[in-house]
Amino acid sequence: MDWMQIGSAILLGAMIVFLWPRAKQMLKETRKAEAGEWQSAILPILAVMGFVALLVMMV
Amino acid sequence: MNRLDYSVARPAATSVSINKVLKNTYILLSATLIFSALMAAASVAFQMPPMTYLLSLGAAFLLIWLVLPKTANSSSGLVVVFAITGLMGFGLGPILSMYLALSNGPQIVATAFGGTGVIFLGLSGYALTTRKDFSFMGGFLIAGMLMILVTALANIFLAIPALSLAISAVVIMLMSGFILYDTSRMIHGGETNYITMTISLYLAIYNIFVSLLHILGALGGDD
Repeated sequence: MDWMQIGSAILLGAMIVFLWPRAKQMLKETRKAEAGEWQSAILPILAVMGFVALLVMMV
Repeated sequence: MNRLDYSVARPAATSVSINKVLKNTYILLSATLIFSALMAAASVAFQMPPMTYLLSLGAAFLLIWLVLPKTANSSSGLVVVFAITGLMGFGLGPILSMYLALSNGPQIVATAFGGTGVIFLGLSGYALTTRKDFSFMGGFLIAGMLMILVTALANIFLAIPALSLAISAVVIMLMSGFILYDTSRMIHGGETNYITMTISLYLAIYNIFVSLLHILGALGGDD
């Protein structure tokens, strides 16, 4: 294991520790989705994935 | 002023303040992206070693966690934003140098750059024109982010290339969600601080660019 891997592990571990309290708070405070709302979010994200696939084919 | 005056005046004032947040965020975001690109170019020119990426990212995240919350409501927050984005841009240097060394490296970097721009503009345009409220995504996105960080941490030890690519793909999806979520928060008045919004959107753009670079380099490269 080299220094880059050790450094990456420390950085990721620190991110998890710092993000954990905020994640708990956000999970508590986030409102529930209404009917059709997820669809309006998933469609553009799927379009992004299709676009990424297109870029992979182009390169 | 009677009740009717309030009902007319308040939405107008809210709309003005929302437009101000949007305008300030996009102006600051543009400036930080240009500054970040200049720092990345300098880092490539100086041929910085790979450790630069980790050190810059570590320093930037310390600023985000410890300094930004205390300065986000003052003008010194602007200096902190440029310090964060400058460090993150500088950290990109070794990664860009690695990809530019490939025979089709310049094409990969240019495609990732252009692709990130199209994704950001497309998603922002979608959120701004539909004016839908994506606040319901917050919990899902942060939980997904935590899952990805844990998986990425595990993959440092597992070293599975396919998992690494899958992580990059999921990061692009999550960051796309964050762009919708953050833009919607600005439109609906959920966030009024343009400094924190700029950092939030910058991190989404940065992560999409790095993940796209990884995917294009692995699937489209000649290594």
